[in-house]
Amino acid sequence: MSDAHCEPGAASIIRSNARPQIVLAGNPNVGKTTLFNALTGSSAKVSNYPGITVDRRTGELPLPAGIADLTDLPGTYSLNARSAEEQIALDALVGLDGDPVPDVVVVCLDATQVARSAYLLAQIQELGARCVVALTMVDEAERGASAADTAAPDAAKLAALLGCEVVAVTARTKRGLKELTVAIDRALRKDRASVWRWTPSADLQAHLDAVREALPAAWRTETRHGIASPSADDALALWVLTCIEPRTGTDDDELDVPAELRAAATVRTVARGVDDEAVLGRWSWLDREIPKLIRRKVDRSRTERIDRILLHRGVGFLAFLGVMAVVFMSLFWWSSPVIDLIDQAFKEAGAQLHGILGDGIFTDFLVGGVIGGVGSVLVFLPQILLLFLFLGFLEDCGYLARVAYLMDRIMRTMNLHGRAFVPMLSGFACAVPAILATRTMERRRDRILTMMVVPLMTCSARLPVYTLIIGALIPGSRITQGLLMVGMYVFSVLTALIAAWVMSKTVKQLKAKRLPFLIELPPYRWPRWRDVMRMMWSKSSVFLREAGTVILGCSIALWALLYFPRDLPAGSPDYDALIERAPTADAKQALDDERQALHLASSYGGRLGHAIEPAIAPLGFDWKIGVGIIGAFAAREVFISTLGIVYAVGGDADEASEPLRTALRDARRTDGSRAYTPLVGFSLMIFFALACQCMSTLAVVKRETGGYSWPLFLFAYMTILAWIVSFVVYQGGRLLGFA
Amino acid sequence: MLTLAEISLGQTSKVLAVDGPRAFRRRLLEMGLVPGTAVRVVTIAPLGDPLQIEVRGGQWSIRRAEAAQIQVEAAR
Repeated sequence: MSDAHCEPGAASIIRSNARPQIVLAGNPNVGKTTLFNALTGSSAKVSNYPGITVDRRTGELPLPAGIADLTDLPGTYSLNARSAEEQIALDALVGLDGDPVPDVVVVCLDATQVARSAYLLAQIQELGARCVVALTMVDEAERGASAADTAAPDAAKLAALLGCEVVAVTARTKRGLKELTVAIDRALRKDRASVWRWTPSADLQAHLDAVREALPAAWRTETRHGIASPSADDALALWVLTCIEPRTGTDDDELDVPAELRAAATVRTVARGVDDEAVLGRWSWLDREIPKLIRRKVDRSRTERIDRILLHRGVGFLAFLGVMAVVFMSLFWWSSPVIDLIDQAFKEAGAQLHGILGDGIFTDFLVGGVIGGVGSVLVFLPQILLLFLFLGFLEDCGYLARVAYLMDRIMRTMNLHGRAFVPMLSGFACAVPAILATRTMERRRDRILTMMVVPLMTCSARLPVYTLIIGALIPGSRITQGLLMVGMYVFSVLTALIAAWVMSKTVKQLKAKRLPFLIELPPYRWPRWRDVMRMMWSKSSVFLREAGTVILGCSIALWALLYFPRDLPAGSPDYDALIERAPTADAKQALDDERQALHLASSYGGRLGHAIEPAIAPLGFDWKIGVGIIGAFAAREVFISTLGIVYAVGGDADEASEPLRTALRDARRTDGSRAYTPLVGFSLMIFFALACQCMSTLAVVKRETGGYSWPLFLFAYMTILAWIVSFVVYQGGRLLGFA
Repeated sequence: MLTLAEISLGQTSKVLAVDGPRAFRRRLLEMGLVPGTAVRVVTIAPLGDPLQIEVRGGQWSIRRAEAAQIQVEAAR
């Protein structure tokens, strides 16, 4: 670090041996992420903002004087906030709530929309930050013309107007990156200055004075910058004054502001007047000054031409269906060879290990618990990678915003975000990648509501369960059986939509907010593969690291539950001796299957199945189904192999296995009646459709919501819903004489 | 009173005032929908709602109900 940073009054003097802290701010869709990737290279890391699951991306920025830390802020149009996640931008820019005070703020200005992106800059400058402007999208401003006839403003004139250095950058050709780091380095040595483009009226100033006096020490420039700046403190007071409203109990802001400051702001219920004065003050300056620097209108004709097709009433809808079909098919079918390969590889590895280590509890633990568990995590990877490949591509080229535009009318009736469409569609393949995909929505409320209903969609793991039940228990031709399968899909879509609507009306945190549903429809652009790949990888590694460990832990616990205790109950036959004496290989196998069934029945999981029997008996289920339901927690399709063991036809039974189907049809209750009537099968399918029988889903929801309350809520509501509907189906069916 | 929701496709109009609850209104103003700004309806979604509008060189999706809070006058 150079000595030049340690000037009097500079914030860096307080942490003279720490790296300079640089923050990258800007509107969404201005090439901020591309710039961040280009500046930090391979050093970028993704973590979370504490308490809120918004990606916090940090990396190392090499400056002429040494390495600095660069933090990429979530893209934002303004610093005004209503929710905790919108407050992130302010906290990071000002240095509140545990964030370091940034030494320099790099603000991305879109050369094709200067005034709009300069609005954010104006707000940041009021707060007294040292700013450097990165002028992005310069290549787009030049489109259709020579460099001399660019629509971009002249960097030098813009710098003179804005009072800070302006560097034109094109991340893809690395143009301007070096100059930008030099400009950042120079800015580090400048004094902080709070610049206002408008003058508050006397009335407003009186309000500001009062709120400024109430600012706690941690909010004051005296603490943050080491030198008091009344006008920078005024800017923070203005933020408080515009964002804080009196609490009414419904649709309140969720901002983290000290109580005394909130009190001081709410006393001054100045409402609209303040908003108008501040917002119009900034805009009138921008509207007066920026047009002087703009040489010509940006050519957006290419995007408009494409939109005329892609947003067209007929063609546009067909194109939309086509794109969604590709996404769906890739998740549903194209990924399955790779998934099978992973499955096979782990089975093979387990068998090899078994061969080397021989029989024993430790071997069973390694093979059944650890290898099986790791396999159950990795098996999600193909779908996650594929989904994020598509999402990254569609997002970066601008189509994902159009999906929200096209679908808004439908999704809105259920109070869902237009962008919830892709996660819900992905839910037909698997809820795990689908829940990760909710990240494409900015608001936490929209994300969580989507997460709460995605697990209701008929995922591919339910398919084998339905196939087994329909094949074994539901009489009728192939056509009726096929129609029933289609019916299960329709049922899942309806329940998901209804559940979304009900929750958005009843659960406080999920109620719709009175905010405008404005979605920017950015110009169509070719995505940069490096950015798409990087995003794909970072999402997947976060899944492996954070959700994967939970899934692995649960897998091992579930394995132990169904494995221990190892001793068979007293009075059991001596299977080793019986198998020894058995005349044929088939007879030996049958005895081994029988022993496995007895083991499972007497395991802790088996006892749990017995214990929950009274609770599931009204749904038509016996304890054996109970054990299957417990086993299905690892993944729904495990229900089949668990039933295979319970009915002593072997754990390798699949949904098409004839012995298992026969065993189910022949199964009898203690009173001699059939254990599996068509009605029981129907009730069981409804139960599987509605219950959250999937620890991986719960693990991912825990990771994405940053706590246990939402996964617990999800589990509770789905289980209760499943129980009630299955109860109604089974008992209602019996009353109607379908027993 | 004419609102943005009633403007026909392709027509340019000028913002007169923005109504609605405080936070809602402030967000529209901050997006640059301040009085005097030119707005053009670029497309209407296939299902009739929302609208695609152009403001200050950027394009946005806005719901009809929200556009109805924006008072406009037809620009010559």
